[in-house]
Amino acid sequence: MAKPSKIVLDPLFNDNPIALQVLGVCSALAVTTKMETALVMSIAVTVVLMCSNAAISAMRNRIPPSIRIIVQLTVIASLVIIVDQVLKAYVYEISKQMSVFVGLIITNCIVMGRAEAFAMQNGVKDSILDGLGNGLGYSLILLVVGAFREIFGSGTFFGLTLLEPVTQGGWYQTNGLMVLAPSAFILIGIFIWVLRTFKTDQIEAE
Amino acid sequence: MAFSNKYIIGFAGAVCVFCSIFVAGSAVALRDRQDLNAVVDKQSQVLKVAGLMKEGEALAASEVTKRFEENLVPRVIDLQTGEYVEDVDAKSFDMQAAMADPATSADAPANEAKVQRLPKQAQVYELKAADGSVGAIILPVQGKGLWSTLKGFIALEPNASTIAGLTFYSHAETPGLGGEVDNPRWKALWRGREVFDDSGDVKIEVVKGQAGPVAEDPYRVDGLSGATITSRGVSHLVQFWVSDDAFGPYLDKMRERAGK
Repeated sequence: MAKPSKIVLDPLFNDNPIALQVLGVCSALAVTTKMETALVMSIAVTVVLMCSNAAISAMRNRIPPSIRIIVQLTVIASLVIIVDQVLKAYVYEISKQMSVFVGLIITNCIVMGRAEAFAMQNGVKDSILDGLGNGLGYSLILLVVGAFREIFGSGTFFGLTLLEPVTQGGWYQTNGLMVLAPSAFILIGIFIWVLRTFKTDQIEAE
Repeated sequence: MAFSNKYIIGFAGAVCVFCSIFVAGSAVALRDRQDLNAVVDKQSQVLKVAGLMKEGEALAASEVTKRFEENLVPRVIDLQTGEYVEDVDAKSFDMQAAMADPATSADAPANEAKVQRLPKQAQVYELKAADGSVGAIILPVQGKGLWSTLKGFIALEPNASTIAGLTFYSHAETPGLGGEVDNPRWKALWRGREVFDDSGDVKIEVVKGQAGPVAEDPYRVDGLSGATITSRGVSHLVQFWVSDDAFGPYLDKMRERAGK
């Protein structure tokens, strides 16, 4: 059995769900224009991942294989709805900005991918750690991309002005590309490039 | 391990029941808080457009409600006649629901704001001035931009023509381009402009490029650069909601009342 620390830390750089497995890119594009939404999304996905992994793992020997995907989806969907309700109740402003993307965690391949690939074969404790690790791996990319996009796209960081934009009487001409989805693609691409420069074993064979 | 069909159906049923209990439980337990959030959110938008709350000012929910109730009178009006409707509770009136319900709405006349349905009764807010008269009129507005329907409020001075403020509480325009409708500097450009010209025609519009200062160029507002369609949408939605098809009759009544 792998060591707990390895289960948690591996998905950060060695086996990052976005950078190596290239899963969950859709939401990484959508919610990273601001740090605030990126952070809340990261927390939401991590919580859902941990809970769904725990629930699936606890039931893994009782789930009939013929309906396992449906069972996984039902569990994940329920968790996502609960998270959405909690966000609406406690951080209304942010949940308004994230609108449909909280609901779309249901279709985030990372959550189902981990349920199917890990939680179905491993114990509850390891599965929770795996959920945490993958959640953090996802969060890492979201926050890095979010930081670049917010600073260069709007001149702010967590809503605090760093570079005074021209539209508010400052000097910084905001980079319009950064607030649009393609910039997240480019940033994730650069992240993968940098990562593979240091971890050459991640490069696929030609 | 082989599972019997009975087991599989039983298992599926159990998972469904279990999950639905959790989902229903969370929805019921959190509903009050969510409803309160929605109410407070709307109240703070109205306060902002009325100039009673600064942009970015964070207030506790109770403070928002207190300020709202001290300064603003919600009213329900009949859109066609412009008269107040007294037998409806203005506090709990939901205009969006009234707009969606076929029983309380009608097809909107063709309009460029792309509003499909018009409610028979609509919600407005009146700001209480110190002497008890109406200090400002706040109307809900909405219409199509580029990607989304922009929803917001416009505040008019008691003469029912001079704009006191404009704000949007819900839209999904491109951040940094059309999303600049939220920019306080742009919103400030609306203040003091006139909706109607001397003959009572709707004349306000958002132009491409820059408009002059308020005194020289009272009917035009700067367009948002890089957001032609959003700008046009804002132009159309303001024009539509103050027109005779929407709040026109009510604004006429308010003008009469202010003239007395």
